[in-house]
Amino acid sequence: MENPVKDPTADLAQKTDLAQKYAHIKGWGIDADPKNDPTYPIKHRTDAEQTGYSWERPTQQPVDTEILRSIERPNISAVFGTSSPPSGLSGAIRRYAFKYSESEYGHWLPLILADRVNAVEGIIDDIKQGHIPNIFAERGWKAQWQHNPKGLARKVLIGAAAALTVYMLVTRNDNDDDD
Amino acid sequence: MNYRGPQRVRVSQKPMPEIKHPEDAIVRVTRSCICGSDLHLYNGNVPDTRVGTTFGHEFIGIVEEIGPEVHKLKVGDHVIVPFNISCGKCHFCRQGLYGNCHESNPQATAVGGIFGYSHTAGGFDGGQAEFVRVPYANVGPTVIPPGMDPDDAVLLTDVVPTGYQAAEMGGIQPGDTVVVFGAGPVGIMAARCSWLFGAGRVIVIDQYEYRLEFVRNYAPCEAYNFREMDDPVVFIKKATDWMGADVVIDAVGAEAAGSPLQTITGRKTLIQAGSATALHWAINSVKKGGIVSIVGVYGPTDNLVPIGNVVNKGLTLRANQASVKRLLPRLIEHVQNGVLNPKAMITHRVPLEDAADAYRIFSDKLDNCIKPVLIPPSARI
Repeated sequence: MENPVKDPTADLAQKTDLAQKYAHIKGWGIDADPKNDPTYPIKHRTDAEQTGYSWERPTQQPVDTEILRSIERPNISAVFGTSSPPSGLSGAIRRYAFKYSESEYGHWLPLILADRVNAVEGIIDDIKQGHIPNIFAERGWKAQWQHNPKGLARKVLIGAAAALTVYMLVTRNDNDDDD
Repeated sequence: MNYRGPQRVRVSQKPMPEIKHPEDAIVRVTRSCICGSDLHLYNGNVPDTRVGTTFGHEFIGIVEEIGPEVHKLKVGDHVIVPFNISCGKCHFCRQGLYGNCHESNPQATAVGGIFGYSHTAGGFDGGQAEFVRVPYANVGPTVIPPGMDPDDAVLLTDVVPTGYQAAEMGGIQPGDTVVVFGAGPVGIMAARCSWLFGAGRVIVIDQYEYRLEFVRNYAPCEAYNFREMDDPVVFIKKATDWMGADVVIDAVGAEAAGSPLQTITGRKTLIQAGSATALHWAINSVKKGGIVSIVGVYGPTDNLVPIGNVVNKGLTLRANQASVKRLLPRLIEHVQNGVLNPKAMITHRVPLEDAADAYRIFSDKLDNCIKPVLIPPSARI
């Protein structure tokens, strides 16, 4: 474990500075109890609470791909992942989402929509590249057949019933149109 | 491993990862776990989970290549890679909050970078692969001590520290009654670690009998099935002389079962950021003035929880992603001394090529699965 003990000299100097700064406020700090810190040991206070964005930043990773940045920060973090840059319709939706802060539904709900659009784009890209995705293998149905055949059968039956219902509704509308 | 959409993954060839930053390393993966929180991604519940991403934040591996500013590792080192990506320099890392680094995720400020955990956590590819890029290699990766079993080591990347920190955040005092919701790997480890902090009684609540049986023997502790209770909160009140537990740990998160309303709004329709059933029960079953420790993972929007009861009962809520780097030295000692035996939780060792089946097994709790580990071809030689 790391040693959580801070430099006592620094502590004293900071306390003296603060006491002088707030000397005009009667009673300032008289009941302060540094040991009453519910964040310890999860967080080791460093007495740098008020210094803001002041650390020596690591070397910046070259930004050679499109990175969407939260508007709650002033810069791109020193490192970032380069997996799956935004592209296509889903990318456009993601760019829209990043106009809003992390506190807004306008940020998160479009991102969820973009994820669903992206799944369809993935299938289209597969087919364009001559690869028909094996949806059954991707969903792990082999394992389900091996360990839970009844559950798989139930899932297939429910899916088939839903597909049949949709088919009947569509064909009924077609027949209505014919009339 | 390549994510294709909700509940669809496959294994395919991707370009070899490259050094992108002077403090990067490239690691050849030797073990990679599927985590319960990967299921949130797998089910499409984490916003900005892009098709083509590789999951996996629990992995160990051998250093294959290092960037020019990496001086704490050398090629050939077999390393534990914490799931959080930490710079070691920012305001938060300097306070030991290595799970809250501010220099590893441009897409969100509320979470630091995490391997293979969507673009909301930085857009990094994860370790359910043969090779992975590891940023800030001077900070997080820790050389596996000689003689340590790789199956123990891989669980030190997340499961063990998260379970340990869950108990630590509980502020457990000698003799306290601790209730843990969830008998997945993290809940099991939280129950085991609660004893290390002096708990007097440990109770685990889950719905899967095989997991309850496991934790009953492993922790060891009391373990009960909420499906057999009229009301888990009343059950815990009765079991604690009508007072409630001193400490309650939520080790379930967004995939929680047990409340149709929470399931429909949190898991099926995503109206809320996951099902908050376990957290709801935790708040209501803890003693007045008690502590609720949250390590279950939830999404970034909102959840239905009885916050009024938190106020009226005078509760303390403590939560965070585990600060793996901070905890590793102590936890390595515990494993080496036989205090903790993480690898006993591993029930499935699966070739990486069969990742889709492993996800299905873990997601559907098939074949009495507790913890699956993926092993790449090069690590099976």
